[in-house]
Amino acid sequence: MNNISFNKFYRKFNILSLVLIITSLIFLIIKGLNYGVDFKGGTLIELRTNDKTNNISMIRDSFNQMNLGDVSVKKFGNETDFIVKFEKQNSNDPEFIKNIQNKLSSSIGDVDFRRVENVGPKVSSELLKSGIIAISLSLAAMLLYIWIRFEWQFSLGAILAIFHDVIITLGIFSIFSLEINLSIVAAVLTIVGYSMNDTVVIFDRVRENLRKYSDIKIYELTNISINETLSRTIITSVTTLLALLSIYLFGGEILKGFSLAMILGVIFGTYSSIYIANPVLVALNVSQRTIVKEEKD
Amino acid sequence: MLYFSKLRIISVIIFTIIFSYFALSNFTKLDDRFFSKNINLGLDLQGGSYLLLEIDNRPVITQRLQAKIIELKRYFKEKEISLKNFSLNGDTIAFEAQEQDLEQVSKLLNDKESDINQYYQSYKSHEFDVIENNNLFNLNYSRYGLVLLKNASLDQAIEIVRRRVDEVGTNEPNILKRGNDRILVELPGLDDPNRIKSLLGKTANLTFQFISQNSEESFGTEKLSFEDDNREAIVSKRIILSGDNLVDAKPTMNSQTNETVVSFSLDRVGAKKFGKATSTGVGKQLAIILDGKIISAPTVREPIVGGSGQISGNFTFQSATDLALLLRSGALPAPLNIIEERTVGPDLGQDSIDAGILSLIIGFLLVIIFMIYKYRAFGLIANLALITNLFLLIGILTLFEATLTLPGIAGIILTVGMAVDANVLIFERIKEETKNEKNPIIAFDAGYTKSRTTILDANITTLIAAFILFFMGSGPVKGFSVTLGVGILTTLFSVYFIARLLTSLYVVKNKEKEQLL
Repeated sequence: MNNISFNKFYRKFNILSLVLIITSLIFLIIKGLNYGVDFKGGTLIELRTNDKTNNISMIRDSFNQMNLGDVSVKKFGNETDFIVKFEKQNSNDPEFIKNIQNKLSSSIGDVDFRRVENVGPKVSSELLKSGIIAISLSLAAMLLYIWIRFEWQFSLGAILAIFHDVIITLGIFSIFSLEINLSIVAAVLTIVGYSMNDTVVIFDRVRENLRKYSDIKIYELTNISINETLSRTIITSVTTLLALLSIYLFGGEILKGFSLAMILGVIFGTYSSIYIANPVLVALNVSQRTIVKEEKD
Repeated sequence: MLYFSKLRIISVIIFTIIFSYFALSNFTKLDDRFFSKNINLGLDLQGGSYLLLEIDNRPVITQRLQAKIIELKRYFKEKEISLKNFSLNGDTIAFEAQEQDLEQVSKLLNDKESDINQYYQSYKSHEFDVIENNNLFNLNYSRYGLVLLKNASLDQAIEIVRRRVDEVGTNEPNILKRGNDRILVELPGLDDPNRIKSLLGKTANLTFQFISQNSEESFGTEKLSFEDDNREAIVSKRIILSGDNLVDAKPTMNSQTNETVVSFSLDRVGAKKFGKATSTGVGKQLAIILDGKIISAPTVREPIVGGSGQISGNFTFQSATDLALLLRSGALPAPLNIIEERTVGPDLGQDSIDAGILSLIIGFLLVIIFMIYKYRAFGLIANLALITNLFLLIGILTLFEATLTLPGIAGIILTVGMAVDANVLIFERIKEETKNEKNPIIAFDAGYTKSRTTILDANITTLIAAFILFFMGSGPVKGFSVTLGVGILTTLFSVYFIARLLTSLYVVKNKEKEQLL
């Protein structure tokens, strides 16, 4: 069995987490998130050119001549593939995309529109709203589940761990201006599930040990529990990360953001179930009485 | 207990074989195979268009309110009650009644048996809300009156949209209502959505109206512009004939002018009206108007009584075909706006499938190698469970003909990564148990029993996330929640039936060995 003194670093890592959370919040508040067309509205076009000499600035120039508002052009995987995003979307003109394609073809040669996403302002605000509701609902559902299954001290620890993971993951997206779209919401929800999963495994063991040893203090007891479940924690994180890494590297450009968010979430989820969830139990001074009392009720 | 009854073993095997067959049936191309279901590929994988259309009901509401005013006037005239100062302010009908009639007007409008302001028993509401202020009456659509109006207009629009899409002839379009003013159109495998978009973007309100002799706009006339240039003309508001009277329309070649035209035929009522109007209007210009724009305005040379005619107007064969299609399928009750469009080209879809499958295979291999490295024989067992899990997952998705999307494939890969968790929890627990318990059978049994609640807890949390995603998410993301959720169920099955069965067989056979795990 492993015997690592995780508990010696509770304080240090808590300070680190606090710094990360505050930094993330500052970025989230001041810089905000880089919303994609799903949540901001506008048009996204993934295009492939036949001419390899076309570069970003040529494409940007041709788009800028069309009065489409803010235009952003990025390479997308291949040398000949680009992602173009702009503010304007026109629901009243069914020829909108066709006209753009015609104009573009005449200025930079044949282009193939591989993907077009055109989201109106009403739809994008609805999508944003339902995304926020989905994440809040899942947090509430987790809270409810853990509240039924465990004592409130444990619930608090698990929820703080989840908030920690979600805030830092979103913070990283804000710092690096990574795009937030519908699939990122799916990733965040899965992170919530994974982080919870990881915390629950350790908590189950803490509770079991609380019943077993009445004379060991919670500070020591959390450390025993973490060590007992450590191989599992590591193996599961590794297999999950291997699967995610495979999506990130080979799953194509479209899944890059999604898999990156998940990878960050798994790393922070594993970390937080050790260094956020357990110190909460210590701080709340959980003892055998905590669970025995509940079970008597 | 590590003991499995024969019946249980057989049923597990049969169950697994059946679902594996479903899963594999996706990859066989036989036509005469016994099981004909397949996983549906989402639009992001097979290519196609997703269009969300919203009805702009304002013109319909205004039209209905104007009609309501006429109805009100007629109704109260019959009752010999005189009302005055009818007006329409925004969405409110206002009129005044005389002092002695107030009570009766109010009664006629608010009675549950009212003929003029219908009462809906099921909604406990009238069609219109009535506000009385001294002798002034204000009528507004009630909440349910508006809902009913919108539903009726949506039903009509969805029918027209369906006809237009069917006429273009795409394979298996999916046309659904969304709320009470939206229509979702999914067009799988469609290469170029531009034609359908422009067909759906047209209301296709066709009218025939005479061009007025006056050069000034006046009461009873309106100024309209031509479709293909900026010319304008003053047109009489009186509608001779509308698209409702058309029974057929098709593109044809006019042999005299060598021009593509749209020829149409009229129903009996239409033919009569058209004949009458053209006989009195010889020499006048008859404007053919589509959605407020004049297509052409030929001069009537002789009365047209046969109930058929031609529309000319600089058509190409394609535009004549489209106009004929629009006229055949009928006019939309109100304009439709495309408020969301997502189109994926077929080659990008294929690229996504290839990338998805590649990353699935690599992710799968990495996990399998890691598990064998970590657990040897038991790693093999966990891997067998994992493979079965994958077959079950794909088999269930096939059985229910679920839609597989790109995020859905990601969900499968993630399931592969997370599915071993349950077996890892069990194996690690068994390792701990063997420290105090020398009998391997008892130790293994304890390992399974003691890890059960943890495994359930851990999986229920992920299941909750998948459920919420399923109900809140849309399109591709929904596909992710389906594979993630079903993946958890198949994981639990493969862990507690397949892996446990194999483990018990292995342990019973090798119970004399030192350190099994």
